[in-house]
Amino acid sequence: MIVIENLSKKYADFPCVDNVSLTIAGGGVTSIIGPNGAGKSTLLSLIARLLDFDRGSVSVDGLDVTKTKSDVLAQRLSILRQDNHIASRLTVRDLVSFGRYPYSRGRLTDHDHAKVEEAIGFLHLDDLAERFLDELSGGQRQRAYIAMVLCQDTDYVLLDEPLNNLDMKHARNMMQLIRRAADELGKTIVLVMHDINFASWYSDHIVAMREGRVAHAGACHDIMQPEVLSSVYDMEIEVQEIAGKRISLFYA
Amino acid sequence: MLQRNRPAIVLIILGLMAVSSIVAFMTLGVRGNWGFVLEYRGRKVLGLCLVAYSIAVSTVLFQTVTGNRILTPSIMGFDALFILIRTTIAFFFGFGFLVQLPLQAQFAAEVIVMTGFAALLFNWLFLRGQRSLHLMVLVGIVFGVLFRNLSGFMQRMMDPVEFQSLQDSFFARFGQIDPALLGISCVIITVASIVAWRISHSFDVLILGRSQAISLGVPYRRRVAVILGIIAVLVSVSTALVGPVTFFGLLVVSLAHVLCGDGRHRHILPASVLLGIICLVGGQTVLERVFAFNTALSIIIEFLGGLIFIILLIRGAAR
Repeated sequence: MIVIENLSKKYADFPCVDNVSLTIAGGGVTSIIGPNGAGKSTLLSLIARLLDFDRGSVSVDGLDVTKTKSDVLAQRLSILRQDNHIASRLTVRDLVSFGRYPYSRGRLTDHDHAKVEEAIGFLHLDDLAERFLDELSGGQRQRAYIAMVLCQDTDYVLLDEPLNNLDMKHARNMMQLIRRAADELGKTIVLVMHDINFASWYSDHIVAMREGRVAHAGACHDIMQPEVLSSVYDMEIEVQEIAGKRISLFYA
Repeated sequence: MLQRNRPAIVLIILGLMAVSSIVAFMTLGVRGNWGFVLEYRGRKVLGLCLVAYSIAVSTVLFQTVTGNRILTPSIMGFDALFILIRTTIAFFFGFGFLVQLPLQAQFAAEVIVMTGFAALLFNWLFLRGQRSLHLMVLVGIVFGVLFRNLSGFMQRMMDPVEFQSLQDSFFARFGQIDPALLGISCVIITVASIVAWRISHSFDVLILGRSQAISLGVPYRRRVAVILGIIAVLVSVSTALVGPVTFFGLLVVSLAHVLCGDGRHRHILPASVLLGIICLVGGQTVLERVFAFNTALSIIIEFLGGLIFIILLIRGAAR
C-alpha cells in the first residue's frame, strides 16, 4: 500500500503538487490521469524519491521513502520515466541485467541470471537479447526498459507515460503486458496516462488530478463519468459503454 | 560469438601494444650504462603511465556522471582551474612561500584546494537538475577563458623571476616530468583508485541516468559527489605532472568506445587507460627516437583530439 499524506512540491513558488493525500492499495493497475501540468508525473517522481518534496510524507508498505535507504527501497519500488537516454552502447540483456543491481551489485548469481531470462521471456525479447539498444525501434526499446523494471522484481512498479511514442498496436501490447504483470505476477502498477480510454480499458483504479490536487479517485467505473471527466479536463466529454468498458468521446 | 568476445580481444591486443611501447621506450637507442638509462627512462615511463591513467579514468568517470560522450574535465575548464589555483597561491604568498615548502607538500596543498573548488563548482553544475549539453560546453569554454585570464592577469602583475618559475607548469610537456612528484602522485592516485574501486559496481548503473540510477537504489547525490571528487584529484595530479591537455582524454575514451563496441566500465576503463599509455609512451618513443623531436607530442595529440571533439559535436547535434 502506498500512503501519501499532505504532499506538496513547489517549483519556483508555483505549487506543482499541492497538499495531496492519497492511498493506493496494493495489487492491480492504477492510472493517474489529468490535463497537462496537473502534476501527475511530479507526483510519481515524488513517490519514487526522484524529487525532494517540501511538505508531507510518502510511505510504501510502511517504509518512509525519504528515510529508508535507497537500496532497500529499490527492492520494493521501481520507476521508469520516459526521458531515457543512454550515452553508451548496451545490449538488451545488459540493460535487463541492471534490474538485478539492487540484489547483487553487478555480480549476478545463478538466481539473478534466471530472473533476467524470465523477464526477457515475459517481454518476448528472446530474439533481441544480444542486440544493442541503439539498433532497436522505439517500441522494442520501451519493452527492453520494461523488462529491466520487471527484472527488478519489486512489488510496486511506477510507469510514467508508458505509451509515449507508441503506435496503436504497440500501445495495446504494452497495456496488455502491464495487465499481465499485475494479474500473473501480482504487482501493484501505477501509471501516468494521457489516453483516458486506454486507462479505462485496462485499469482497476483511476486517480484524476487537476492543478496539483487530486480531483477524484476511485474505481475505474466511478471516474469514467461525463461530469467527472468534464470537470477534470474542462471540456465536454461524453462517455459510452462499449463491450462492458466505459469509453469517452471527446473528439467533436 | 565474436561480438561477445570482442572487448576481451580488444583489451588483449591493446595490452600487448602498451607493453611493447613501454619496452620500446626503455630499450631503443640505449648507449652507455644500462642501469642508469633504465632508471632514468623508467621514471619517465612511470610518469607517462600515471598521466595516461589519471586522464583516462577521470574522463570516463566524468562522462559517466554527466551522461554524455563529448564533455571531459579539461573541456569544462578543470585544468585551467588548477593553473589558476597555482598562480593564486604564488601571487598572494609569493614564490618564496612556495619554495620554502617541500615540493610534495606544495603539491598536496594544491590538490586539496583544487579538489575543494572543483567539487563545489561541479556539484553546483551537475547536481541541480538536467542541463543541455550545448549549454555545458559553453559554460566550460567560458570558465576556461575566465580561469585562464584571471591567471594571466595575476601573472602580469607578478615579479618576473617568480613568473618565470611558474611559467614552466603552463605548457603540456610529456618529455620532462618532475621526478620528485612521482612518489606522491602514485600515493594520491592509489588512494583515489581504491575509493573508486569500492564504488565501481555503481558506475554502469549511472550510465542509465539519474532517475534510473535512483530507482535501482544508488544513493545518487552522494555517489556523484564522491566521483566528482575522485575526478578532481586525478585531474590535479595529471595537470601538475604535465600541464593542461585539453583533448587527450576525449581522444582515448572515444577510441575506446569505438574499439570495444560496448559501454560497460569493465571494458571501457582498462581500454582507455591502455590507449592512453600507447598514445603517450608510444608517441613519445616515436618522436624522441625516430624523429628526435621533444615537445611536439602534445600538439599532435591535441590536434587529433580536437578533430574528434568537432566530429562528435557535429554528429551529436545532428542526432
